[in-house]
Amino acid sequence: MTDPAAPIFERARALVDDYTLGAVKAWKAAHPGALAVGHMPVYTPRPLIEATGSLPVAVFGGGDSLDIIRGDSYFQSYICHIPRSTVELGLGGHLDALDGMVFPSICDVIRNLGGMWKMLFPQKYVAYLDLPQNFDKDVGGRFYTSELRRIARELAGRGARTLDADALLGAIARENERRVTLEQLDAVRRAEPWRLRATEAYVAVRAGSVMPAEEHTRLLREILAAVKLRTARPVDNVRVVLVGSFCEQPPFELIRALEKAGCDIVEDDFQLGMRMIDGPIEPCAGEDPVEALSRAFLERGRASASRYIDRNEKGADLVARVHACAADGVIFAAASFCDPALLDQPMLEAALERAGIPHTSFKFAENTGQFQVIREQAGAFSDAVKLWGPAGAPVAAQEASV
Amino acid sequence: MSEHTESKDRSQLRQKRMIADHFERLSRAKEEGKKVVYTFVPGNLTELIGAFDMLPVLPEINALQSGMRKKSAGYIAEAEKSGHSEDVCTYVKCDIGMLRSGNIGPTGTKLPEPDLLLLSYTGCFTFMKWFELLKQEYKCPVVMLHVPYQPDGVITDEMRSYVVEQLRTEVIPAMERVTGTRVDVDKLAAHLSLSKQAEDDLVAVWESARHRPSPIDGYFGGVYYVGPIFSSFRGSHDAVMYYRELREEVEARVARKEGPMAPDGPVKEKYRLVVEGPPNWTNFNEFWQMFSREGAVVVSSTYTRVGGLYDQGFRHDPSHPLDTLADYCLGCYTNLGLPSRVDLLAKYIREYEADGFLVNSVKSCNSFSVGQLLMLRKLEEKTGVPGGFIESDLVDPRYFGKANIENRVQSYLQMLEARKARGTSADAVVSP
Ligand code: SF4
Ligand code: SF4
Repeated sequence: MTDPAAPIFERARALVDDYTLGAVKAWKAAHPGALAVGHMPVYTPRPLIEATGSLPVAVFGGGDSLDIIRGDSYFQSYICHIPRSTVELGLGGHLDALDGMVFPSICDVIRNLGGMWKMLFPQKYVAYLDLPQNFDKDVGGRFYTSELRRIARELAGRGARTLDADALLGAIARENERRVTLEQLDAVRRAEPWRLRATEAYVAVRAGSVMPAEEHTRLLREILAAVKLRTARPVDNVRVVLVGSFCEQPPFELIRALEKAGCDIVEDDFQLGMRMIDGPIEPCAGEDPVEALSRAFLERGRASASRYIDRNEKGADLVARVHACAADGVIFAAASFCDPALLDQPMLEAALERAGIPHTSFKFAENTGQFQVIREQAGAFSDAVKLWGPAGAPVAAQEASV
Repeated sequence: MSEHTESKDRSQLRQKRMIADHFERLSRAKEEGKKVVYTFVPGNLTELIGAFDMLPVLPEINALQSGMRKKSAGYIAEAEKSGHSEDVCTYVKCDIGMLRSGNIGPTGTKLPEPDLLLLSYTGCFTFMKWFELLKQEYKCPVVMLHVPYQPDGVITDEMRSYVVEQLRTEVIPAMERVTGTRVDVDKLAAHLSLSKQAEDDLVAVWESARHRPSPIDGYFGGVYYVGPIFSSFRGSHDAVMYYRELREEVEARVARKEGPMAPDGPVKEKYRLVVEGPPNWTNFNEFWQMFSREGAVVVSSTYTRVGGLYDQGFRHDPSHPLDTLADYCLGCYTNLGLPSRVDLLAKYIREYEADGFLVNSVKSCNSFSVGQLLMLRKLEEKTGVPGGFIESDLVDPRYFGKANIENRVQSYLQMLEARKARGTSADAVVSP
C-alpha cells in the first residue's frame, strides 16, 4: 500500500532542502512591499515579526549540501560550522530575499556573527536580540519588552507595518494554534513512533521555518491526518531523547542513521525555537501583548543551554522530559566546538546519572558525511538498553566524534 | 642599581606585595569571618565587594597564573578526564581541574570556598556555564548580573536601568544576606572615588605610548599594569599608590627617552604595533621575546581593555554609584559589537602611529576570536596598515606551536621592514 503521508513529506523536505529560499521569494512576490526577516537559533519570537506584516524565516546554516568556498576564510578552524555556512549563504546571494537578520543571544559565535553581518551586508537590517537572563517581570521583563519594541520599531523604519496590539494578538493566536498542532504531532511520535519517524517530525517542524504560522499549522494538520492512516507495525526500538542540537543541525542522514541503529527519537531539541515556550502564550485581559510575549518567555521558557537556570537544579528539566516521554535513555548530539552544548553536557550527564538514566554522546558537524561510527555507537547503546533495560544499561557510554 | 631601575622596582614591588597580602587575607578569611566572593574580571564590581568588606577571588586570574606556573596542562587534563570536552574554553577546564586538585592558589595556599558566586555576565557567554558548573561544586548562593551587549557601541537608557535594577534587586540584597550587613553607600562612593584616581593615572600610562620611543609595552607589559585595576584592588588606596608610582616611573622613562623593559632587557623600538586578542600565558616570556628581540613594541592593545575602556573617557563616578557600575560593566571591550571593536582598533592604529597590527587569535575564546579574520580585513581597508594573524591558546600548551608562531611573527616583521624600506604609503597593503 502506498504511504499516504509520502507526498506531503516530499513537499516539506523540498522546502527544508532549498537553501535558496524559494518559498520566501514566492511569499514576497505575493506580498509586495512586505519584509522577510531571517533569524538565527535559538529563539526569536516569531509572532512579533509576523505582527509587523513581515515573514520570519528561521536560518539554520547551509547543512550538508552547500559547498563552503568563502565561508571558511572568515573563521578559524576551532569554531563550529554553522557561522561559516551562513556566511557562505549570505555571500553567495542565497539570503538575498531576506531584508534583515536577527541574531538572538545564544552564544558568542552568533553574537559576533551579528557584528560580522553588519560589516558584510551594510545595506541589510541587522538586529541583536538580547534575551533576558533575569526572569523578574519588572527587571528582565522590562528590558526584554524594550528589546521587542525596539526591533518592531526598527522594522517599521524599514517599511514594515507599525506594531499594533490587535495585529500582535492575532499573530499570538496563530502561533498558539501552531503550538497546539506541534504538541499533537509530538504526542503521535511519543505514542506510536513507528507512525511518525524522527526524520519525518524533523522535516515537518523545520518546514515551518519559511512560512507564516498559519500555513505551517495547515501543513502540520495535513501531516497528522495522513500519518494516522498509516498501517505500519511497531518495531522493537529503544526510546531516546536527543539533546544538544539546538543550533547547528545534524545532517538529515545522521538522524536517519540513529533510527536505523534502533533508536526511536521520541523527543529532541532540533528546532528548539519553535517549542521554546511551554504551552500557549496567554495575554491577560487588558495586557499589552508585548508584555504577554515577554511573560511567556520569562515564566515558561524552556530550560536550555543558553538560558541561565536560576532556581531549578541543572538537568532537572531533562530528567523530567525523559520520564514524561517514557524514554529509555538520552543521546547527546552536540555540534563540534559548540560551547553552550558541550559545557552544559557534563552537568546534564551528572543529573541523568543521579536519576539512573543511561546516556551516550557524540559530536557532529552539519556537513559530516560519515555516520558509520555513530551508527555503531548508537546501535551498541540501543542493544545495551534492550538487553539490560534502562536500569541495567551502563549509565555512560563512550563518546564518538565525526 | 641605577636610579630608574630603583623607581621601576617600586611599583612592581608594591604590586607583588599587594597580591601576596591579598592571598594572605584570603587564607585567613574563614577564621576571620570574612566573606569570599568569586567573580569575573570583565564587569567586576570590586568597589561594591569592597564596600561589603568581602574578598574577591577571580577564577580567570587563577587560570592565567596556573598557565604561567606551568600547572594548567595538568589541570586541563584532569577536567577532560572527568568529561569536559576538549573543544571548550580552557580557562574553565583549568579552573575545574585546579578545584579537583585541591584548589591551591597561585601563592601555594588553598583558596577559601566562596560564600557567594557573583556571575557578572559581561561580554562572554561562557561565564554563565562556568558558574553553573561551579554551582554544582559549592553549596553557596549564586547571583546573576546580566549585562546586555552593546551591538552598536551605544549604552541605551534601557540597558543601564536593566543593570541598575539587577544591582538593586538582586546583587546588593544577595550581598546583604551573605554578609548580614546593609550596603554602605558612602563607603561605596569612597571606593569609587579612589578608583577614579587610579584610572586617571592608568590612562596617562597608556597614553605615554604615543611618545617615540614608547616607554611602555602596552600588551606584554600592559598585562602587568592592569593587574591591580582588573582584579581585587580597584577602589583601594594601594591601587591609587600603585598607579601613581607607575605613572611617575613611566614619565621618567619618557624624559630619558627610554623604551620598555622586556624579560631580556630594554627594548630598542623598531616597530610599533597594536595587538588584538589575549596573550598566551603558558609561554608568556617566550612569546614576548619573539617581539622584543626584534624591536617590536606594542603601543596599544585591546586585551588590556577587557576590564574597562578608561582611555575612551570612562571613569567611575562616585556621585552616581549604581549608574556608574552599570556603565562600567556595559563598557568592557568584549561587550562591544564587532564594528565598534574595529573602530577602536583603527583609532589606536592612527593615534599611536602604529606600523602594523597583529591579531593573536586564541582557541579558547569565542568572545574574542569569532570575527577576527573579518576585523583584520576591515582594519586593513580602514587604515592602510597591514595586519598579521597568529593562533595560540590562553592556558593550553598544546596549542602553542612555538616554531610556527615565531615564523609568522618574523615574516610579518620582515614584511613591515620591507615596507618601511620602500617608504610604502598607506595604500599598499599586504595581507598576511
Ligand atoms: S553551534 Fe553552538 S557554538 Fe556554534 S553558533 Fe550554535 S550555539 Fe553557538
Ligand atoms: S571564553 Fe574567553 S572571555 Fe570567556 S571565559 Fe573563556 S577566555 Fe574568558
